[in-house]
Amino acid sequence: MTVTVETKLAKVEQPGEVATRRAFLAAAGAAGLCYTAALAYPIYRYLASPQEMALSATAVTEVTLKDAQKLPVASVLMFKFGPSPAMLIHHEDGSWVAFSAVCTHLGCTVQYEPQANRIHCACHGGVYSAATGGNVSGPPPKPLTRFKVAVNETGVEVSRA
Amino acid sequence: MTAKTIYDWTDERLGLSEIAAFARHKTVPVHSQTFWYYWGGISLFLFLVQCFTGVLLLVYYRPGAEAYESVRQITFVMHFGWLIRSAHAWSANLMIFSIMVHMFSVFFMKAYRKPRELGWLSGMALLGIASVFGFSGYLLPMDELSYFATKVGLEIPAAIPFIGAAIANMLRGGPEVGEFTVQRFFALHVVVLPALFLPLLGFHLWLVQKHGNAVPPSEEAKPVAQRKSMPFMPNFLRKDLAMWLISLNILALMASVFPWALGKPADALVPAPAGIHPEWYFMSPFEMLKLLGTVKFLQGEVGEIVGILLFTVGIALWVLIPFYDSSSESGKRGRIAHYFGLVAVILLLATTAIGYWTIR
Repeated sequence: MTVTVETKLAKVEQPGEVATRRAFLAAAGAAGLCYTAALAYPIYRYLASPQEMALSATAVTEVTLKDAQKLPVASVLMFKFGPSPAMLIHHEDGSWVAFSAVCTHLGCTVQYEPQANRIHCACHGGVYSAATGGNVSGPPPKPLTRFKVAVNETGVEVSRA
Repeated sequence: MTAKTIYDWTDERLGLSEIAAFARHKTVPVHSQTFWYYWGGISLFLFLVQCFTGVLLLVYYRPGAEAYESVRQITFVMHFGWLIRSAHAWSANLMIFSIMVHMFSVFFMKAYRKPRELGWLSGMALLGIASVFGFSGYLLPMDELSYFATKVGLEIPAAIPFIGAAIANMLRGGPEVGEFTVQRFFALHVVVLPALFLPLLGFHLWLVQKHGNAVPPSEEAKPVAQRKSMPFMPNFLRKDLAMWLISLNILALMASVFPWALGKPADALVPAPAGIHPEWYFMSPFEMLKLLGTVKFLQGEVGEIVGILLFTVGIALWVLIPFYDSSSESGKRGRIAHYFGLVAVILLLATTAIGYWTIR
């Protein structure tokens, strides 16, 4: 029967050797970090491109809806204000209002219901006032964002309030 | 303490210490040809790059009618999209190149001999799939070069007697290269081919672990005591990773200094651009077919059929070499195999050179 005994000579490290090893590890770590950053940065920017495009779209402060002045009463026109959905409502009394159409609860697109004269979210039953956009009942915590509306002969201009 | 507990828990269930013991005892032969052992690893690294950059391209690529527009968007609109696309295209070319180096080094080291026949066969299948990857990926941008390359490339299966036309129509999704072709090439490129490639690659790598590195006949002739080797962990692994780093640097340099171009959108009514030619790895068969066509008796369709027949026989002989040259004693068969390899290399290089020389 043979027995193999692993022998390992205790190696006494000189102070200088420790320093070089530490320096080497630091340099290798720094180089590794540089590589990671050089790879991660373009990939992050690449994947974030649509966000950046949307961000430039949110910079929009005014939208002109051509021929929207012809919208019949008690009806709605859905449009995009920057990247997000919005609604223009022409009320029975002839007044115009525009709101963000994004429910303040969990972000579904809301719907104008002329017969009930309210704005309803089908996802969780949130209800807003069609006149002011205020949250009337259900889960929404905040009113819908209201926009300024200016009607002229060629169209309707909607802008940030 | 906790680290040890976690290790023990995992070890008990997965047998990590067996793997660690295997890795500790694994060695790699050291001799004048050791350099060639790195090329399989380099190919693997470039394949991983392909998977990674491929998924990134998939984020914005749209097959079908919008294919060109989406690649234009990736290249010119998305930040660093040009770089990711360029890295994918360059890495594809470098991968084919390194697989070829790997294949020829295996051939001339006679590493296909018993018990490594299946390693050779699976490797040949991987190269075959890799070239279909290349061919299908080339169409995806749908620019004029990809359009004509696919049109011409599909003429090769179309020349097969009787069933050729049906095969070509099936691949094209109709009589002409168009949006249906991109759609099915896309399905091939990102689903079917990876599903074939990955298990085969796993098998190939498992075989390498099972049999270890083969040594060339010159080393085999030496008595065992005179052969040198290095431990895989950490010596070879360290060098392997250094090769990966070098490959990454070369890839980054090529991809950023020579960004992959995007041509004009494919248009069947616009004549093929002057100087159009296949990718370098398809240049040799393309040129051989062209040269065969100039032989008096082989003009036209006859030439095409004879050409395809010759290729098929040549490739079959190449693939089956382990069964012809199976004995480890370097006899007559070993020498013939060696010359066959030399003829293949010279033919490949010469026809590629002639191909580039005669681009009009």
